[in-house]
Amino acid sequence: MTKITFVKHDGEEMVVDAENGTSVMNAAVDNLVPGIDADCGGECACATCHVYVDEAWFPRVGNTNDAEEAIMSLNPDRQETSRLSCQIPVTDEMEGLKVRLPEFQF
Amino acid sequence: MTDAAANNAIEMASQDSRNMYGKDPYSIPLEKYDIAQSALFHTNTMWGFFDRLRKEDPVHYCEDSIEHSPYWSVTKYKDIMEVESNPEIYSSALGISIRENRDSFNTTSFIAMDEPQHGDQRRTVQGVVAPTNLAILEPLIRGRVAEILDSLPVGETFNWVDRVSIELTTQMLATLFDFPFEDRSKLTYWSDVATCSPEIDKFVESEDERERILIEECLPAFTELWNERVNAEPTSDLISMLAHGKETRHMQPMEFLGNLILLIVGGNDTTRNSLTGGVLALNENPDQYQKLRENLDLIPKMIPEIIRWQTPLTHMARTALCDTTLGGKQIKKDDRLVMWYVSGNRDEEMIDNPYEFIIDRDKPRQHLSFGFGIHRCMGNRLAEMQLRIAWEEISKRFSKVEVVGEPVRNRSTFVKGYSDLPVRVHPL
Ligand code: HEM
Ligand code: FES
Repeated sequence: MTKITFVKHDGEEMVVDAENGTSVMNAAVDNLVPGIDADCGGECACATCHVYVDEAWFPRVGNTNDAEEAIMSLNPDRQETSRLSCQIPVTDEMEGLKVRLPEFQF
Repeated sequence: MTDAAANNAIEMASQDSRNMYGKDPYSIPLEKYDIAQSALFHTNTMWGFFDRLRKEDPVHYCEDSIEHSPYWSVTKYKDIMEVESNPEIYSSALGISIRENRDSFNTTSFIAMDEPQHGDQRRTVQGVVAPTNLAILEPLIRGRVAEILDSLPVGETFNWVDRVSIELTTQMLATLFDFPFEDRSKLTYWSDVATCSPEIDKFVESEDERERILIEECLPAFTELWNERVNAEPTSDLISMLAHGKETRHMQPMEFLGNLILLIVGGNDTTRNSLTGGVLALNENPDQYQKLRENLDLIPKMIPEIIRWQTPLTHMARTALCDTTLGGKQIKKDDRLVMWYVSGNRDEEMIDNPYEFIIDRDKPRQHLSFGFGIHRCMGNRLAEMQLRIAWEEISKRFSKVEVVGEPVRNRSTFVKGYSDLPVRVHPL
């Protein structure tokens, strides 16, 4: 289990235990974190699992893939550290990861 | 075209040996399958044919079609996702419905563009459906819904499609565009003109007439609004957003028209038919209607289930830009592919009991009705909001919207919907 912190846009924090081998999106959905709808179930095809990764963490969560970039780039509110959370795998190295939930998904 | 003439057209098609209407899905060899026949959709009898395709030949080629040029049918959820997720292979720029493409307005809106033009345009108009803007629209829409519902003739039989579904979606469109309210029925008319099949529907006689109406009537009306708003302060309506947007403000007239039609059509037939479909689904499943009455908190979950069950657009089409394989089949460059959402939404591999209408389904938003990938419906949350408000207001007033006659379905292989649904409303 790996601890991940989701920060709602109003600042409230939710800390969840995520199962290794799943994705940050799964961790949110399994723990009823609001604002992650994940309509496509993790296929990188709906962009409803958008998160802003904490600056310090951003270089450590891996690279944004092309399909992810294509669909995120349609969003006028994307930021430098935007990722689709279904594309971030949960591993031991992610212990303590912090991501913010964008207001536009509420 | 008159109804008699339309029936005649169907009659003629049914004498064609390729006709599948009225036949048993297993009596026709798979290689003769031509699922895109409007009579099948008009009579709601396409299901068994799709079931067989999903089982036996999920990516199916039709060489010789009655109504269309050769096309591939993609019928399984996963294969549809694969096509949607690879826009660099499967292009939208050569037409997005099975109907023959014309190089006029059809190709000038971003739904029918590839990257980078698609993204550039979509980004500029996306703001109009941003959650903050939806929140501004919600009370306006709720007020209009309330007025429409309060004016319904209790105790009389009436057509739900005309009195509620069309009226409501038209008013919502007028709100989105800040279109002169008294002229709002023009919006619905132009939408019908843009989507109808001239061979069958009565709105236009020919492709030329379709173009004439859109270019000589629709475009000038919107150009006038554009001119008004381009010189005024930006506001939250769509025309103003287009007139002030960095990427859209230098749009050519045909491109402007294309995007308008896209937004009118996108938000019109689809929402309208979901609103009618919901009434029908609840009537066909009285246990679900009872469940709803007992717990109105289920409305937000029920809405995506209605949209899945209805699948207001039966398909979107793509064109292969190179040779490729899909589901084990060799697809050739320039081949046309039809992604049948209507079939994928009944794929038991992805959806449990897909033929059942269950208002409190797990993960109700996992359906194909909005497509997926970069072209995924831009108005999906707006559509859900409109339908949610409608059902909240309906439930405040009526214990039941009772279907008292047979629905009349569209003769279209693209827009899955209704022209008639006779109902009576029963007050609480
Ligand atoms: C229940 C209602 C609706 C349904 C079922 C629906 C369905 C769809 C589908 C299937 C697509 C194409 C997806 C693809 O190719 O992958 C689409 C695209 C689109 N829809 Fe909707 N739609 C609905 C409501 C709306 C509304 C209310 C609007 C108004 C803003 C709208 C605007 C659009 C636009 C602009 C696109 C083009 C997106 C793009 O190409 O990037 N739709 N819709
Ligand atoms: S869940 Fe759909 S893109 Fe991540």
